[in-house]
Amino acid sequence: MGKRILIWIILALFIYISLPFISDFIPSHELSYVSQKYVTDGPKEVGAQNLVTAIIVTYRGLDTLGEVVVLFIATAGIGFLLSRSRGKKKKRRESSIILQTGTKILFPLIIMFGIYVFINGHLTPGGGFQGGVVIASGILILLLALPDNPLHEFLLSFTESISGFAYVLIGALGLVVAAGFLDNKILPLGKFGQLFSAGAIPIIYSLIGLKVGAELVNILKHLKND
Amino acid sequence: MKIITGLGFILIFIGIWAMLTRKNMIKIVIGFSLIDTGIHIIMVSIGYIKGRTAPILNSAVDKARALTEVVDPVPSVLVLTAIVIGLAVTALLLVYVVKLYKYKKSMNIDDYGELKW
Repeated sequence: MGKRILIWIILALFIYISLPFISDFIPSHELSYVSQKYVTDGPKEVGAQNLVTAIIVTYRGLDTLGEVVVLFIATAGIGFLLSRSRGKKKKRRESSIILQTGTKILFPLIIMFGIYVFINGHLTPGGGFQGGVVIASGILILLLALPDNPLHEFLLSFTESISGFAYVLIGALGLVVAAGFLDNKILPLGKFGQLFSAGAIPIIYSLIGLKVGAELVNILKHLKND
Repeated sequence: MKIITGLGFILIFIGIWAMLTRKNMIKIVIGFSLIDTGIHIIMVSIGYIKGRTAPILNSAVDKARALTEVVDPVPSVLVLTAIVIGLAVTALLLVYVVKLYKYKKSMNIDDYGELKW
């Protein structure tokens, strides 16, 4: 009984501290100072149509590198926790003919859509993280349809490590050729709004897409094997 | 936008309530996920400006007048980062649940008293 009263006291305190945020909330009418700089100078400096991508990959590129590292550490933790039960092979039931046929039609389309999303990340809504998740969902349908693990272990780890390595390498190339770490001007900026524009952003975002996709597939693989 | 911010706080409230009172470990993870979503909604509502469009400078937005036509891009960036981290942490929590279930074959958090004092 005392525990329940304590819980409700905590919840009442949460309401008390959050009420000022709601009652004193003033909707913004213009952009903040930093955003004004990003919106006015972004198209000239970075050349990406999608300003969110310009901020993620170039202005705050170091944060994105850290984010990919956090994702990698979480995946490594999952692999560490679930790696013990490798030995025994369970006999799994065959999946239904509807799922198998649907997978054959859908799998290439989903992978193609994922690649489209991350290659066009600097032009349209989307980008590496979204494209990577779409690719992982395509592999998930494959894992559901084929009961034995059909994934190529070497290809998966190869994609993951090479894309992460190339991401850091391109970032370090910016130190030598352009203004600083992860600068996108190591390639010409090109014509605003075209597919081949915004310097190194499409390459970096494709690498992020491959890395995120490979890591999420790793999580799915570990959860399925367990 | 005040209503949306309030709804975000209500989601966080439900999440904290679920984490504190529920006994099933999957429901505790769902409570964590609700807190995550509530914070995302609050962050997006802070960056929203009424009557403006997404921060993508295509043919629909005049590049010279972009300052008065797009919403704040920085909260969108923060939310995009937070969603990916939230996904990774939720997956890690679910794996902890799987490991704990294998250890004692129970989903009830009260059966795991080792950390109590």
